[in-house]
Amino acid sequence: MSADYLTGGSAVPITRDGFSAAGSPLGGPEAQNDAGRGRAVRRTGVILLGLIVPALILLAWHLSTASGFFRPSQLPSPASVLAAAVDLIERGQLATHILISTQRVVLGFVIGSLLGVVAGALLGLSRLADVLLTPTVGALRAVPSLAWVPLLVLWIGINEDSKVTLISIGAFFPVFTTLYLGLRHVDRNLVEAARAFGLNGIRLLTTVQLPAVVPALFSGLRLALAQSWLFLVAAELIASSMGLGFLLTDSQQTGRVDRIILAIILLAVIGKTTDALLGVAERWAVRRWA
Amino acid sequence: MTAVLAPGSTQSHRKQALGVRFAGLGRSFGPSANRRTVLRDVTVDVEPGEILAILGTSGCGKSTLLRAAAGLDIPDSGQVLIDGTPVTGIDERCAVAFQEPRLLPWHTLQANVAIGLPKSSSASAGKAKVLELLKLVGLDTFAKHRPREVSGGMAQRTSLARALARNPGVLLLDEPFGALDALTRIRMQDLLLDIHRAQPTTVLLVTHDVDEALQLADRVLVLGRGDGNGPEGSTVAELVTVPGDRPRDRNSADLGALRSTLLSMLGVTGH
Repeated sequence: MSADYLTGGSAVPITRDGFSAAGSPLGGPEAQNDAGRGRAVRRTGVILLGLIVPALILLAWHLSTASGFFRPSQLPSPASVLAAAVDLIERGQLATHILISTQRVVLGFVIGSLLGVVAGALLGLSRLADVLLTPTVGALRAVPSLAWVPLLVLWIGINEDSKVTLISIGAFFPVFTTLYLGLRHVDRNLVEAARAFGLNGIRLLTTVQLPAVVPALFSGLRLALAQSWLFLVAAELIASSMGLGFLLTDSQQTGRVDRIILAIILLAVIGKTTDALLGVAERWAVRRWA
Repeated sequence: MTAVLAPGSTQSHRKQALGVRFAGLGRSFGPSANRRTVLRDVTVDVEPGEILAILGTSGCGKSTLLRAAAGLDIPDSGQVLIDGTPVTGIDERCAVAFQEPRLLPWHTLQANVAIGLPKSSSASAGKAKVLELLKLVGLDTFAKHRPREVSGGMAQRTSLARALARNPGVLLLDEPFGALDALTRIRMQDLLLDIHRAQPTTVLLVTHDVDEALQLADRVLVLGRGDGNGPEGSTVAELVTVPGDRPRDRNSADLGALRSTLLSMLGVTGH
């Protein structure tokens, strides 16, 4: 979400607190309900407006295929993509593809993010670790994701572990980078003030440094999640027998354009949904910590 | 605001005001090839309970002097003694209020003040103390607000309350009112005097405002290079006692003469 959206979100509780504390004539429970309803209406409006363009694309897609502008082998109609989905559901395959892909992403994302938090905290806080390790980590980050695949396949084999490992690598770097930079740029004045009041070590970390980087951490997590889906498809395109990436390669070989488009749409929808869920958590965190 | 200052409840463990001695303090900054002396041979005795204003031009080392007393900066030579014992690190006996409020934005004002509590304080006594201090600085109704929801003056009062929460033997104020508007500044100066009357701690007040120094301080220390031809670095150029009891009449002739003297020492003439 954009930055203005975030500030918009954080401005709301201030106004509300201001009203209730000042005992303003608008501060009654009805007024607050009205304000809440107004926000809900506006929020619904925003969502509906955001759906206009996808609806137009769907319409244009339908018209271009129905008019015969594209042949079905080039671009199948929306209805036939839907039929492909129903067909896969009836065979019991679609749920398997979605679930296994989601499971890989979640596992890889969680493992990679945790490692990213640990490494980011270590290098962001320890001067020695920073000097020792930052060049190496920077070089590793420069390695393109696909370059890891042959090594992982040989070391770990073609199984779940190698795919989850690849996704972890993808999730690691955004979390590591944002946390590392965040900790480097924690307001020195705040840290000095806290030190002047006797805070140091773990207490300084938990009272000042970690809370200060929570908003940065959440934007890192969202980048990591997007990166996880990217690496998922990379992993599944190369070696797998299940999952949305497999559905893509398999359909390419059998010439099923309808299934390819279905897989792309599913990746878009699921990716957007998981991002939105994390976005809710991020907004909460920014309100709480920023 | 002064009503809540009556002695009692939570003030029993309050430390006495402590004397401060700067003994031959010197401090330089920069790489060895291009080292610049900021302070040299600063020797001053500050009486327990005294308010000492530290005046000087920008960059003369006022803040460095204060930071040495707080243990935030280690001098190259000499030392700071508080109550006869040297400052070796962050010192529990001092509390600092900076030019900026430096509050944690994710905490309420109440939680920010609680940061200042000494480690030894119990949870319940600590909470009572924090609420008492918020009342003292007139922010008891804003205890649950966040720093960004209050004005700059209110944030600065919170910062002052946080420093007082420490029960400091020495209160170190680094231009605490410098960034406030003129009206708020006068209110804060009055508040500081109220607090000092009720709880006579030693106060070192760094300021660039001659009038503020004359209103608040028992003595004024001017940091500078003396006659201007001395070696590099500031030292004690002047240490004057401000005549008259507080609150002082801003227009009195004594203060007027002293004001001109101090201003000319700071390089401003013709006022």
